[in-house]
Amino acid sequence: MNAWLLVWLDTIIQGVLLGGLYALYATGLSLIFGIMRLVNLAHGDLIVAAAYLILALSQFAGIDTIVAFAISLPLMFALGYLLQRYLLNRTLGEDILPPLLVTFGLSIVIQNALLQGFSADTRRLPIGGISGISVPLGGGIAAGVMPLLSLVAAIAVVFALNQLSYRTRLGRALRATSDDTETAQLMGINNKQIYAVAMGLALAVCAVAAFFLGSRSTFDPTTGPARLIYAFEAVIIGGLGSLWGTLAGGIVVGVAQTVGARINPEWQILSGHVAFLVVLILRPRGFFPRAFD
Amino acid sequence: MARTFSWRTFGATHGVTLRFVGLALASGVLILLPLFAGRSLLQDLFFVFTMLALAQYWNLLAGYAGLVSVGQQAFVGLGAYTLFAAVLMAGWDPLLGILAGGVVAGLLALPTALVVFRLRGAYFAIGTWVAAEVFRLVLAQIKTLGGGTGTSLGPDITNQMFGLKWIAATFGVRTPAARDIAVYWLALMLLLGTLALVYFLLRSRRGLALAAIRDSETAAVSLGVDSFRTRLIIYVIAAFGTGLVGALIYLQKARVSPDAAFSVLDWTAYVIFIVVIGGIGTIEGPIVGAIVLYFLQDYLAHFGTWYLITLGALAAVVMLVAPRGLWGYVVERFDVQVFRLRRRLPSR
Repeated sequence: MNAWLLVWLDTIIQGVLLGGLYALYATGLSLIFGIMRLVNLAHGDLIVAAAYLILALSQFAGIDTIVAFAISLPLMFALGYLLQRYLLNRTLGEDILPPLLVTFGLSIVIQNALLQGFSADTRRLPIGGISGISVPLGGGIAAGVMPLLSLVAAIAVVFALNQLSYRTRLGRALRATSDDTETAQLMGINNKQIYAVAMGLALAVCAVAAFFLGSRSTFDPTTGPARLIYAFEAVIIGGLGSLWGTLAGGIVVGVAQTVGARINPEWQILSGHVAFLVVLILRPRGFFPRAFD
Repeated sequence: MARTFSWRTFGATHGVTLRFVGLALASGVLILLPLFAGRSLLQDLFFVFTMLALAQYWNLLAGYAGLVSVGQQAFVGLGAYTLFAAVLMAGWDPLLGILAGGVVAGLLALPTALVVFRLRGAYFAIGTWVAAEVFRLVLAQIKTLGGGTGTSLGPDITNQMFGLKWIAATFGVRTPAARDIAVYWLALMLLLGTLALVYFLLRSRRGLALAAIRDSETAAVSLGVDSFRTRLIIYVIAAFGTGLVGALIYLQKARVSPDAAFSVLDWTAYVIFIVVIGGIGTIEGPIVGAIVLYFLQDYLAHFGTWYLITLGALAAVVMLVAPRGLWGYVVERFDVQVFRLRRRLPSR
């Protein structure tokens, strides 16, 4: 293979790996949209909050980052459950304004609370030697272990959520509520409870995303909004309501960004957005649409 | 829509003179204010007027047209950058540059709308945000306007603005003070123009169509209202107005950068707080909200992050507990309307 081809192959592989991270950002957003048609503008900030939670746990309790991450999963689930149960459930209804504006307010509150608690310094989750290790893929191309793990994690999360959806009682209740809330309620499903569980799951996925965000790159309290935008682009590109579509969407955004960055380093973020706009113009409902709204 | 039925704007027959005199008096006092007010009051009012004008346009979108945008910073930034480009590159007078800012923002709103209108409801909101990010990143690439770090208008340029010499001579002040008066008047003009535009727009047939779409899109469309067209027109008008205000704000600041001019916090979050706290879907609400924000800012701004935490939480609580805002409470309690927009069919 000639060098030119190798460079582009490398670019695309790195893009796919980056896409795994973006898919992790997007899965929670996709899940809650699919089940309750809620768009959470604080989603990115909740990911960053989870990263600070892991950081705080490992620093104050003096435990390893991996252990702190494991502890953060049930904590984020509980936070999501309570958030939905006591705040966001009140906003659901015909009118789209309350959920949008309440989550927008929440986003500002979280950003500034993090700023107050942790200052504006950029942070990183310490994960020891593993962050530097990479696996040679032949031809001089290498992939970092952490990027590889984030793609594996994204696939695992989507697979697990699909298994949960199609093979468990809870999953059946989730799908029933998503398809027809009124009928599901008549069958004895408490939709408020289901929504709270769904938000809990979404925030647990946020903790996974936060772990990889924090160990692959730095973060600060203002990192959230950009994560929300990447997540949103992945969801729309993939098609509303399809988790595998969301994974594909994340990869499209990731590849577009690394290809753009290869042409001109300043174009990385812009080319991700442009890819999103092009998909929106050509296929407004994304690649694998399922939900009609 | 058939022309066969007519409507009357509710309550338009009584109290007209009183309200007209009141509004004229208030405007008169504000126009003459530079005669006796100091510079700091004028600067404070400049802030209130420009934020209120932005809030009126956002309210027009979200409160009347159902277009909840979190990307209006796109048009503030485009207005600002057009002003700087017109003045620095084409050598135009800043006044003309402000007008160009509005026109360019309005024109670019068309292709933007064609993309973001493909997204419905909540997804439209984030779509507008992506559009704003695209404009920010593209402008950061334009090296003649300072790229990512931005650029500024020197006093040698801003002091040449049309009418400044006249103000300096008439009021017997130095040029920087004359500039404060000039931008104050421009902000006041823009605000009064905005209020008049929104008021007459909402009272027009187009406004009736908007109210119909808001109340029931299906019913409105079946009566012949072109929902897409109506929303597009509102979106472009709001972009034009937002562009004008953005250009004026950055004429006053005299320094622009992509991150500041396209800031979602400064040009959309505060604006949403003003509208939601004051009362969405009314003209009076944002006025109340802007006054509340001004006093909150005065007392709380030095608390920095706590100020924003308070504002964000306040907006969320208002949306949950009293979605009509402060003005909605006043209307419910006292049944007053300064800008009469409620309609009823004429009684025989």
